[in-house]
Amino acid sequence: MAYNKFDTPGKGVLIDLSKCVGCGSCSLACKMWNDLKFDDKFPDQGPDAKLSDKNWTAVRFHAVEKDGQPVFRFVKNQCLHCQQPACESACFSRAFQRTESGATIYYPHLCVGCRYCMLACPFNVPKFQWDQTFPLVTKCQMCFGRIEKGEAPACVGVCPTNVMTFGDRDELLALARKTIESDDKYVKHIYGEHEAGGTNWLYISDVPFEQLGFRTDVTTRPIPEYSHEFLKYTPPVIVAWGGLLSGMYIYTKRRNKIAKEEKKDMSV
Amino acid sequence: MESQKQGWTFKMTPVRFLLLILAVIAAAIAVYRLVVGLGATTNLNDEWPWGLWIGFDVLTGVALAGGGYSVALIAHILHIEKFNVIARSAMLTSLLGYLLVMIGLFLDIGQWFNFWRPFVSWGYHSVLFEVFWCVSLYTTVQVLEFGEIATEKVAKPLHKFFAKAMPFLLIIGVLLPTLHQSSLGALYLTQVDKLHPLWWSPYIGLFFLMSSFFVGPAMVTVETSLAGRAYNHWVDTKVLRSLQRIGFTIMIMYLGLKIFDLTSRDAWQYVFAGGLESNMFILEMAVGVLIPLVIFFTAWGKTRAGLTTAGAMVAIGVIINRMNVVITGMISYQGVAYAPSWMEWMVTIGLVAGGMLAYCFICDNFRVLDHGDEQKAA
Repeated sequence: MAYNKFDTPGKGVLIDLSKCVGCGSCSLACKMWNDLKFDDKFPDQGPDAKLSDKNWTAVRFHAVEKDGQPVFRFVKNQCLHCQQPACESACFSRAFQRTESGATIYYPHLCVGCRYCMLACPFNVPKFQWDQTFPLVTKCQMCFGRIEKGEAPACVGVCPTNVMTFGDRDELLALARKTIESDDKYVKHIYGEHEAGGTNWLYISDVPFEQLGFRTDVTTRPIPEYSHEFLKYTPPVIVAWGGLLSGMYIYTKRRNKIAKEEKKDMSV
Repeated sequence: MESQKQGWTFKMTPVRFLLLILAVIAAAIAVYRLVVGLGATTNLNDEWPWGLWIGFDVLTGVALAGGGYSVALIAHILHIEKFNVIARSAMLTSLLGYLLVMIGLFLDIGQWFNFWRPFVSWGYHSVLFEVFWCVSLYTTVQVLEFGEIATEKVAKPLHKFFAKAMPFLLIIGVLLPTLHQSSLGALYLTQVDKLHPLWWSPYIGLFFLMSSFFVGPAMVTVETSLAGRAYNHWVDTKVLRSLQRIGFTIMIMYLGLKIFDLTSRDAWQYVFAGGLESNMFILEMAVGVLIPLVIFFTAWGKTRAGLTTAGAMVAIGVIINRMNVVITGMISYQGVAYAPSWMEWMVTIGLVAGGMLAYCFICDNFRVLDHGDEQKAA
């Protein structure tokens, strides 16, 4: 039950985690392009990096073990831009809208600040400006101004080790499948292919995803379908229940009236 | 000529004075919150976007205020006339409850000047959209329903109009809560694999609806007992018992659906797993469902004290249930706990205090508790 049906799955990015050296230039580029501030409390790179209202992307360091050796892996987080976004389906004032290009965009003037999107997102992406009097929700917008011109998002362009590939989602999927099948080091899973019904940002990795802070228990059923499963009953319930209530109202009122009249007749 | 009859009274008692102080403190904090924002006043954060205000003031408040629609259905739609004696106070409590919910919601939204947005920007595939529309329409309907009582005292020429509109208002006023009581629960359908499996269920909407229905008679019983003490207005125990019987019938169905749901999702393992979630779930079911059922079917359940105790336990059980869904059930997913700030507590307490004061004021000045000739038009 999306607002619009799109002909193509749109653009996306494939992230190859085995190539990332954790330099953090992607998060720097994100801050510069989107004019975001730095915040000591919430670093945008390092072992404690996490998304916040000022970090639309963050590179988290993970010390893991691979083939008996301790190794570092670096995970870039940002909005995954779902094919059927939970935030869009949760928003009651259309502040989130998925576009033809594949980006899910936030329109601040429509936002009420209820934060149901934050609850609904299966990847915990939307963040809130808790230090503001009139706070807004924030998240990665896939630099939609750039991608609509055919350019890659700011973070993709600056990556020195080619961790990220920008392109059409179906082509990225084909590339990802070819890559993990042709090289034994990769985990045989493309994160984002089916998670939450499919996302436009995809990950491949040489370390199991659950060791890198990924939610691996995400439903493959699109979140909007859960709401639709419930909401589809609203119109028939209004008609049937409303009709039944009116019927019962008229029937029981008449029954009481007749009962009273009969009583009156008897007493006469 | 009417001035004598139209006099307004509000007798100050120590309890009312205390309630007034609490309400004033809450109002001051509420203004402070609107000026400085949510981050500075609440313990909410990116891990806990929804807390006490949504959990108690909104989700619980709407359920506890459900007494209005279940009693309206029983007394005015089904025309079971012996319940007329409690209908007005039940519907008044419900109206006040919803007004408090609206205030609570207003305080909880970040862009509060933008609260009207969903009226024009239709996010119709959000469950919250259904909640928003139904709650705001229903509050309006309840204000209009109260118009029938209000016009007995003020703006009397309008009374005929309100009395005529009652049947329509009553039907809409039962239909809307049926929709939003269930959709409040259905908000959590999106929390699949986040909300603990003891509470996440494909039937969560139905659970919220049924519990909001059976907590109605329970709340009415408690409230009647409080009002009985305060206003020396005692409702016949038999009336309370047969009202409660309707609630307990729904409660048995609720229990049956719970058993079916836990079985079909293979979730009984979590009930007996120990730990915070299991304990809170067992507490919720014991306090809110099992013990009240036992009380109701023993001899004590035929007395006023027994009925009031059972009613109070049902109400507390629903409070525990809603808080479990909003807070307990989310702790293991979030990895960190949430405890409301003192300002969140004070606002919540003050809102309830304000509601109680408003109830007293209206009972003092309008024919709510003592009205021999029942709404004839209805």
